[in-house]
Amino acid sequence: MTQPELDPVLEAEFQPDVTGDGPVISARDVRVWYGTTRGAIRAVDGVSFDLAPGETLGLVGESGCGKSTLGRGLMGLLPAGAKRDGEVRFRGEDVLTMSPRDAHRLRGSQLGMIFQEPMTRLNPLLRVSAHFEEAIRQHEPKLPKREVTQRALDALRMMGIPPTRYRSYPHEFSGGMRQRLMIALALVLRPAFIVADEPTTALDVLVEAQIVQILNDLRRDFRTSLLLITHNVGIVAEACDRVAVMYAGRIVEQGRVADVFAAPQHPYTRELLRSTISLRTTGLNFIPGSPPDLIDPPPGCRFAPRCPQAMAVCATTDPITIERPGGGQVECWAVGPTDLIPAGGTARLQQEELAVADEA
Amino acid sequence: MAALRRVLRALATPFTQTAGLGRWMLVIGLVITGIFVLLAIFAPWIAPYGFAQASADGVDFPKAGAPSGEHWFGTDRLLFDVMSRTIWGARTAIEVVILSILICVVIGVPLGLVSGYYGGWLDRVLLLVMDALFAFPSFLLAIVFSFLLTDLFGGSVLAVAMSLSAIYIPQYYRVVRNTTVSAKEATYVEAARAIGAKDGVIMRRYLFGNVIQSVPVIGTLNAADAILTLAGLGFLGLGIQSTDAAEWGHDLNRALADAGAGVWWTGLYPGLAIVLLVTGLTLVGEGLNETLNPTLRKRRLLPVVMTTREDR
Amino acid sequence: MPTKPDLIDVRDLSVHFGLRGGTLGRLVGRDAGVVRAVDGISVTLREGEVLGLVGESGSGKSTFGRALLGLAPATSGTIGFDGADLTSMSRSELRALRQSIQMVFQDPSAALNPSMTVAEAVGDALRVHGMKSSVERRERVVEALERVGLSPVQLFLDKYPRDLSGGQKQRVVLARAIVMGPRVLVADEPISMLDMSVRAKILQLMLDLKQDLGLSYVYITHDLASAKFFCDRIAIMYLGRIVEIGDTEEIFANPRHPYTKALLRAAPDPDPARAVAKDLPRGEVPDAAVPPLGCSFHPRCPEAVAQCGWEARDLRTLLETHWTRRTPEEYDAESAAVGSLDALARPDTSVHVGRGGADAVRSILDRIRDEEPDEPLWRGVADVTDDGAGVRVDFHPGVDPALRRAGGVDVACVLYPDDSPDDSAGG
Repeated sequence: MTQPELDPVLEAEFQPDVTGDGPVISARDVRVWYGTTRGAIRAVDGVSFDLAPGETLGLVGESGCGKSTLGRGLMGLLPAGAKRDGEVRFRGEDVLTMSPRDAHRLRGSQLGMIFQEPMTRLNPLLRVSAHFEEAIRQHEPKLPKREVTQRALDALRMMGIPPTRYRSYPHEFSGGMRQRLMIALALVLRPAFIVADEPTTALDVLVEAQIVQILNDLRRDFRTSLLLITHNVGIVAEACDRVAVMYAGRIVEQGRVADVFAAPQHPYTRELLRSTISLRTTGLNFIPGSPPDLIDPPPGCRFAPRCPQAMAVCATTDPITIERPGGGQVECWAVGPTDLIPAGGTARLQQEELAVADEA
Repeated sequence: MAALRRVLRALATPFTQTAGLGRWMLVIGLVITGIFVLLAIFAPWIAPYGFAQASADGVDFPKAGAPSGEHWFGTDRLLFDVMSRTIWGARTAIEVVILSILICVVIGVPLGLVSGYYGGWLDRVLLLVMDALFAFPSFLLAIVFSFLLTDLFGGSVLAVAMSLSAIYIPQYYRVVRNTTVSAKEATYVEAARAIGAKDGVIMRRYLFGNVIQSVPVIGTLNAADAILTLAGLGFLGLGIQSTDAAEWGHDLNRALADAGAGVWWTGLYPGLAIVLLVTGLTLVGEGLNETLNPTLRKRRLLPVVMTTREDR
Repeated sequence: MPTKPDLIDVRDLSVHFGLRGGTLGRLVGRDAGVVRAVDGISVTLREGEVLGLVGESGSGKSTFGRALLGLAPATSGTIGFDGADLTSMSRSELRALRQSIQMVFQDPSAALNPSMTVAEAVGDALRVHGMKSSVERRERVVEALERVGLSPVQLFLDKYPRDLSGGQKQRVVLARAIVMGPRVLVADEPISMLDMSVRAKILQLMLDLKQDLGLSYVYITHDLASAKFFCDRIAIMYLGRIVEIGDTEEIFANPRHPYTKALLRAAPDPDPARAVAKDLPRGEVPDAAVPPLGCSFHPRCPEAVAQCGWEARDLRTLLETHWTRRTPEEYDAESAAVGSLDALARPDTSVHVGRGGADAVRSILDRIRDEEPDEPLWRGVADVTDDGAGVRVDFHPGVDPALRRAGGVDVACVLYPDDSPDDSAGG
């Protein structure tokens, strides 16, 4: 799909007002725990990252690693019984301690969200136009009708949806068009930060590539910061500046995509990349075992039971987040800091035999 | 063994996984219903006299005697002990309701399965018949059926249960048919076809277990309704005769004349019994609905207590 | 290499589904049209081979797979298996046949009956084929579970699907498929719902099963990467047809059909050094109820030529795409001149456009053409003539390309017209 070229005026209009060069989103030691009938699931357990204006951070991990929970936690969209703490600063303002009213004001206008299944977020009884009018009115009730339409049409045009479809109903669109519609709807309020939760998973290969391209253009053209949650490392490589690899509620490694994928430091990152089947795959690799139960995670490094490099220290002591050689952060005893490993800690860890019984 | 465990687990689920009002409704409903079931089972031992007993040790009971140490709930005009009749009435009510639910399940569930699974003209014809039955005023239908069936079987518990079934079968049919229609599209049904399973096998082993789950809810809710209908029939003098069994509706009918004469006890106790049992069953039904129906279910979540960071 | 005998021989298979219309149509039982889910496919599966069917949703690959088991009724054509024609078999013959052809499903959670234990689920395949003795069944079930790696078996026999992980469930589905000793497995996206770290494991298991049990596979997927690794031969499908089929190495080394090339370009790759594909096909898979004229892929094809089947609906798409680039004022003016696009909603090769005068419409079309002279649609326009208040656009008649031999593979594309096996036209 050739992307429509944007006239400069339009483009300027859609620039989120980014003040300063500091991070748009700055998360520090964020935890999100869910209540269940068995106890608390530590879905996100101490996660820190920064997101600069116009930057796309890929949050990658397998199902159940807490990546979606983190995305929803940042937006304040969590089910009853969930608790979160830590610190999430949106342009210096702490999002987690904000009053519900302020949080609601921020959502949509400053924080946008794109979901995996667009149809679940679009009301089948409302025309596209009504969706846009509602979204804009929520946050800018005084905007004249003409302005509203104008803005909606601009957002649609940027996503390659012709103005002839403005009065259509959601079901009249194809799957890829609906996802564009969702993105347009998220963009129309010009948020500075968008969480996209598996936005291409339900789409066909070619349409997926189109959406990836749109997301790519997004950061370049609008300086919108994007947290792209996906299980597909290929998508991360193609659409993201930086990547954060999540395992069992922790970000185990983060850094520039090129650095991390070219020279993964954490054994999980390496094994995840190795087990991904791509066009260049010549042999099959996989990670034995399955992620730990997050109600009662193992002590020390959570990947230790499956890790090919596990040492004695890994099973007893939490790894420390350190600067990654080549930029970024990693938490793994095999990388360092060596001076903090107790005597005998570097001995090979005796791991239990991982049978299919523990397979993911 | 596995089946037993499955049943036990299914029975325990409503308690272990629910919270709030639904749980309380279920518990209170079960207690009330349980008391009536116990009364029904042990009526011969609990009730001081027989349901059609007018004398003890050769001495006639007083006629419409007020509650006393001898007769806690008093006696009625036919000299029967009201307390005994109320307790024996529980037995009649439970018998009729269980029998009629059994008939409903045995007829309604297979019909719904077959109708939903095959679709086509069979489905349409069955739907039409069932909808027609359903559209009839249910009480009128019960009266008609009980006339017909009492002629055939006499005023027995079976006849009344069958006439009650006639008005509830369409509900079971409808629910089972609709769940079958959606369940037969599931991949596991296609997988069953792919291993070469015949239609009968698919219905019995793949669909039945999954569509039957909504039956307990309609069962208990219908049971409450059935108690009322049974009492209604008895009140009109249809169905079970007072010498065959004690029946609350019938007793209420006879108590009608007493009310003007200041004899309140003959009407109060059977009436109270109806109200209590219907309430109990309704609570069980609604409680089950809230716990079994995933859209209504509130899971009992353990509160999240975040440990301090040093503990990690 | 000695040629193995054909195990399955599909000739001209079509599977059409009737569409139910709106509420009124449903009441009177009238059909609203036909979807050609599978539209004249011929393909063979050789003994011991893995044949890949690759395509996007709506390509008919799943329907084709289900037709191989008789789960989707064939509208026309034949499916030969062991000398018998599957499409003319009775229901009981088909049921017996399913001991030989089995299926693995995409979503292992949905493919297992939630109220059956693992032992019951796997054993039921034997039970429906008349194995009465539960002891004997148990023995075979244990054997099948061990073969798919679910050991210690005792740990799994009495588990329900909800107690198993995704990978374990897919192993149970595989166990159920192999327990009767089939010769062919139709695997419909067997790994796409699984986590990255187990995909390779299940694929490895399927390779082991092939080796140990002498199975042949029909592997249905949208994922070129796993197909490249797993398949001996690959058929690329688009809208119910095979557009390219050949040996895996040849398809990946020299993709010929523009659709194949596009799929290869679009496949996500974790190598950050690889440049992001820019020239991707536009649009999406069209509605199979009213497929495009000529080649189904032509509206999205960057290499399309005059005889690819251009028609009115393509002009509509062109105008709409054009308007996403215009300012609102320009759009208002232009759409007033062009008028309603409803006339462009049908597959016509000659169509009237516009109501604001022939010159106005013509200038709009010229402007679009100037902006993007490389747009393939213009190659298909034969003539633009004045016609009342607008213009009449005539397109070249389209050709429906058939599969033809081109350089070791078969391609359905007008760019490869030559029959001779050595001549592969450029592209």
